[in-house]
Amino acid sequence: MSEAPPPAKPARPRLSRQQEQRRTILRSAFLTVGLLLLQPLAAIPIVRRLRDRLRPPGALEETRFLGACIKCGQCVQVCPVQAIVLADATEGFGIGVPYIDARQQACDFSCDALSCILACPTGALSHELKAKEEVRIGVARLARPDACLARRGEPFRGLARGNSFDGVLRYEEIDRWNAIPMRDHAYDRPVCDLCVIECPIGEQAIRLAPLDPTDGGAEGLFTPDVHRGCVGCGVCEMVCPAEPAAIVVDARAVFAGHGEEPRRHRDRDDAHEDDS
Amino acid sequence: MAAPGLLDQLAVVLGRAPRKRPPSPAAAAIALAKRGKTPKKNELLAEIGHAHGIHTWRNRRWAVLLGVNLLFTLSFWIDIQVLEGSLTASRLLGFHLADVYSSLLVMLAQRHVAVNLVIGATTIALFWGLVGGRSFCSWVCPYHLVAEWAEMLHLRLARSGRIRDHGIHRGVRVVFWLVFAALAFATGQTLFLALNPIGILSRLLVYGPSLALGWVVAILLFEVLYARRAWCRYVCPIGLTYGILGAKAPVRVTYDLEVCAHEGECRKVCEVPHVLDLTIKGRAEEPKLDVGPDCTRCGLCVDVCPTGALRYELKGVKRLL
Repeated sequence: MSEAPPPAKPARPRLSRQQEQRRTILRSAFLTVGLLLLQPLAAIPIVRRLRDRLRPPGALEETRFLGACIKCGQCVQVCPVQAIVLADATEGFGIGVPYIDARQQACDFSCDALSCILACPTGALSHELKAKEEVRIGVARLARPDACLARRGEPFRGLARGNSFDGVLRYEEIDRWNAIPMRDHAYDRPVCDLCVIECPIGEQAIRLAPLDPTDGGAEGLFTPDVHRGCVGCGVCEMVCPAEPAAIVVDARAVFAGHGEEPRRHRDRDDAHEDDS
Repeated sequence: MAAPGLLDQLAVVLGRAPRKRPPSPAAAAIALAKRGKTPKKNELLAEIGHAHGIHTWRNRRWAVLLGVNLLFTLSFWIDIQVLEGSLTASRLLGFHLADVYSSLLVMLAQRHVAVNLVIGATTIALFWGLVGGRSFCSWVCPYHLVAEWAEMLHLRLARSGRIRDHGIHRGVRVVFWLVFAALAFATGQTLFLALNPIGILSRLLVYGPSLALGWVVAILLFEVLYARRAWCRYVCPIGLTYGILGAKAPVRVTYDLEVCAHEGECRKVCEVPHVLDLTIKGRAEEPKLDVGPDCTRCGLCVDVCPTGALRYELKGVKRLL
């Protein structure tokens, strides 16, 4: 400010009109630049892929999905089991974008109509899907085989997730239309096969197979066997009585072939880039 | 009530300072007749003090604002399913509604026209085109309400001399509008929707607390300590969009030169005081004028005006009757 001191009153505390204007412009420039510098900040969680979220049925490819979502939460509202929740500020551009925490509450398709897709105003959840069998949220994988009761040939009796678990599930034999709390439904299975019997897709997605002798198998030992029809809804992860779950869903993974590890989304994205 | 023209008014919305023009003969005659007769400020003091206690329109507005946002909340919490979603996009009894600027950003990012968004955004544009664009701001936007409370704190601190308001050029709002849109198109991501305190608050009211509230508090602190009403005045592209959409809206605050005392209380309470430059002595070009499109129709000036020179009007109703 030394270049233009008011000549008449050098000690005057008030700024001249010109100085005030110059400061206004400076402040305006700082505000603009400052706000726009938040852009790279908001991109960090996406670029670094800090979280692998299961997205609701029909979600577009992850980056496109984040951009296409208007963050209104209508999908959250229509979900009868409230499987969908909105992400918080820690997810940068992903703030307000829906995801599913399958271990807490999986998508059990008890809406029967893919309501979230119908509710989405932007097409971030693609309207091209017509049936739950077409959904591809991810693929289930036996992440902790040692924890799996079936592989040890153990039965399962009682509440899958205990008394304090809030998750709900639709048991068609009890109520065709409404999901009920899992803590109200006790199991009695000679060999634990909850992930198989509760799968909303059925044997196209997961079956209980005898454990292969090369894998330490013997009479009475079984293993959940994921098939091509798996949609990644996460019901198996939710009902698994092991803590933490023996079977989990890998977000956006693609079924690679029977008996093989599902390809993670990173691989798939790389392949995608190769295509284009 | 012709002058100033629509383009002139839009230029002021975009950031130009309102211009001083020679008054029309009718306005000049009124000004001449008033000369020496307008009460001095000290004569008006009792009146002004009384007017500052009147909150008729503010209370009605707050009731509507809380009501609309409560409708969102209750639609989810007790499942009355009237207004589902949040302020970026929703359905009213099943019919799509969508915020115009947010929809634009999403479609630019997607490079794809989503039919439901077009339907929703058009409906909303037509509605605010009638009711007065920035009425959205003061009658619906939850951020506007908390910003009003922050403004009270700001004014109290400013009166005690501990802080002062730092002016920012209103033109930056246009820069933000364009840059957010350009970024959406270029990057495929909607930066603004991540920053948007309106969306954050609206989601918070419906879906519960979130850490994003910290960002809203940061903006409010900036407003309290540094620049009065900074987000609404200088940043918000949603408000700018509605301001332009409502430029010809029939719901207006109108100004009557004849009874105006030019004491300037209205400009002190106004969120966008440039729209009230016409109340400065010698600035009104016509005896009766509409307040410009940037006006949020909040009614604070209507409440505070000691002479009743500013009031709500529904244009065209007299002609219909």
